[in-house]
Amino acid sequence: MPIIADGLTYVYGSKTKAKTTAVDNVTFKINDGQFIGLIGHTGSGKSTLLMLLSGLIKPTSGTVYIDGEDIFAKDFDLHSIHGKVGIVFQYPENQLFEETVFKDVCFGPKNMGLDKKETELCAYEALKLVGLEDEVFYQSPFDLSGGQKRRVAIAGILSMKPKILVLDEPTAGLDPAGRKEILDLVKNLCREKGMTVILVSHSMDDVAEYVDRILVMNDGRLEIDAVPKEAFKHKEELEGFGLALPQVTQAMIKIKEIGIPVRTDAITVEEAANEIMRVLY
Amino acid sequence: MFKEVSLGQYYQADSVIHRLDPRVKLVGTLLYMISLFVFNNIFCYAVAALLLASVMMLCKVPVGYMFKGLRAVLFIMLFTVVFNVFFTTGDILFEFGIIHISKEGIKMAVLMLVRLTLLIVSASIMTLTTTPNRLTDGLEKLFRPLKLFKAPVHEVALMMSIALRFIPILSEETDKIVKAQTARGAKFDSKKLIERVKSLIPLIVPLFVSAFRRASDLALAMEARGYHGGEGRTKLYPLKYEGRDFVSYIILALYVAVIVFLGIMSARIVAFLTPENSYLTLFF
Ligand SMILES: Nc1ncnc2c1ncn2[C@@H]1O[C@H](COP(=O)(O)OP(=O)(O)OP(=O)(O)O)[C@@H](O)[C@H]1O
Ligand SMILES: [Mg+2]
Repeated sequence: MPIIADGLTYVYGSKTKAKTTAVDNVTFKINDGQFIGLIGHTGSGKSTLLMLLSGLIKPTSGTVYIDGEDIFAKDFDLHSIHGKVGIVFQYPENQLFEETVFKDVCFGPKNMGLDKKETELCAYEALKLVGLEDEVFYQSPFDLSGGQKRRVAIAGILSMKPKILVLDEPTAGLDPAGRKEILDLVKNLCREKGMTVILVSHSMDDVAEYVDRILVMNDGRLEIDAVPKEAFKHKEELEGFGLALPQVTQAMIKIKEIGIPVRTDAITVEEAANEIMRVLY
Repeated sequence: MFKEVSLGQYYQADSVIHRLDPRVKLVGTLLYMISLFVFNNIFCYAVAALLLASVMMLCKVPVGYMFKGLRAVLFIMLFTVVFNVFFTTGDILFEFGIIHISKEGIKMAVLMLVRLTLLIVSASIMTLTTTPNRLTDGLEKLFRPLKLFKAPVHEVALMMSIALRFIPILSEETDKIVKAQTARGAKFDSKKLIERVKSLIPLIVPLFVSAFRRASDLALAMEARGYHGGEGRTKLYPLKYEGRDFVSYIILALYVAVIVFLGIMSARIVAFLTPENSYLTLFF
């Protein structure tokens, strides 16, 4: 299910004096199974763009095509999009409400009209997928740790079996181990389950390590759309948007500045280590 | 559908009325309302309307906003008019079957209408020109003497301002949760009442959880910063009377004096103005 954003524009408060163009004429195409990193300074319109892509808000102009269909067309049933595009909001644990973890995860598939058996099967699979043990299934979601709650919330989306998964800073507020677990999970969903993933992140390092393609937003506009190595060549431009290169890349640039002839396009620790080895030996 | 939680109804503008001390506005509105209730003759209403008109001119709020409040009481107004016109006994003007319309009836209806309009518009102007926070500050200061009787004035004021502060936060939170649950396929617009109420559970529960969490965070943060109740606490923007506030109090005092004078003398003025059988009597 390819996603196409066609001239997407969204203006907050269009009826009032204080207008904010949060998304400004954004156009792109995302193919099946791609892992996309969406980055941008705070307030650049990332969350707004995600909500547009998942049909939760209607664009001021432009539209989104999912699977070739205009999802904002008059005769299109927007509810049907919720099963296809799963969106995990920032701090998704704030949406938990049921008495038990299992019931909460059942909420999505039940709303999609699946019968009890299918619903429970979907919920079970989703909970297993995010790596939760059977013990917690019948606990109250409010008694879990922060990281566990986050997983339950993500499972609540995965249980609807979306083809496209959209995540808004899923690692916010987690410790390094928790961050890595969530990112590995997302990577798995993309690589093994073939989901299309759009990941919003503030951390260049995370994005550099995991994604196939980077979209950089600044002030509502899509400024850079490239594979990570290409994207990080725009050092000055990125800094102008208030974004920094991955730490590894910065380190490589420093090393080069002191006269060691390394290439500066390494974006992961592993690549950097290899490059340094290559130069030293 | 959940977005339109209005925040009081403050209208941002830069006018003398906006800058007045909230205590002046509170006391002024109160006296004004009392004056409308105590005296109900046309002279007092004329003076009252004059005062209101001048405040309306000064306050730089679009007229539409000031009259918006009337919509809410439109029904009550219609009711009062109908009742007064048809059920007040007195000199009959027309008769039509069981319906009879008296001079007194019309007079009462008109007076009630004027009174309600003045009341609502004056209250609207106060809330339109004063932020909820300033209102709370004003109330706290005005009610401070009640502390002598052990009334928790500061605490109530603090509760009010926290509640006001939380309204936009909660409305934003509601918006977020509605979106998150919609993405999970929840429908909030079901036609059936039971389903509609049920559909609110996924919204209400997270909202309460987050409200409680925020409340306890706030309590901790306040304690950590040394909050210990109202004793000896100072304000960031203390209320201080300025020249314009004293001028307003003087105008207010004059208004009260004039109204009381007119109220007492009205009978004589009427007698003076209306020789026998003049059409003018219809108005008095
Ligand atoms: N509900 C709203 N009403 C009015 N303006 C809004 C609203 N939500 C966001 N905005 C404005 O739209 C712009 C984009 O906001 P958005 O939340 O999409 O940014 P973001 O890139 O997700 O930021 P962050 O990284 O902080 O999450 C900002 O300027 C913001 O002030
Ligand atoms: Mg955001």
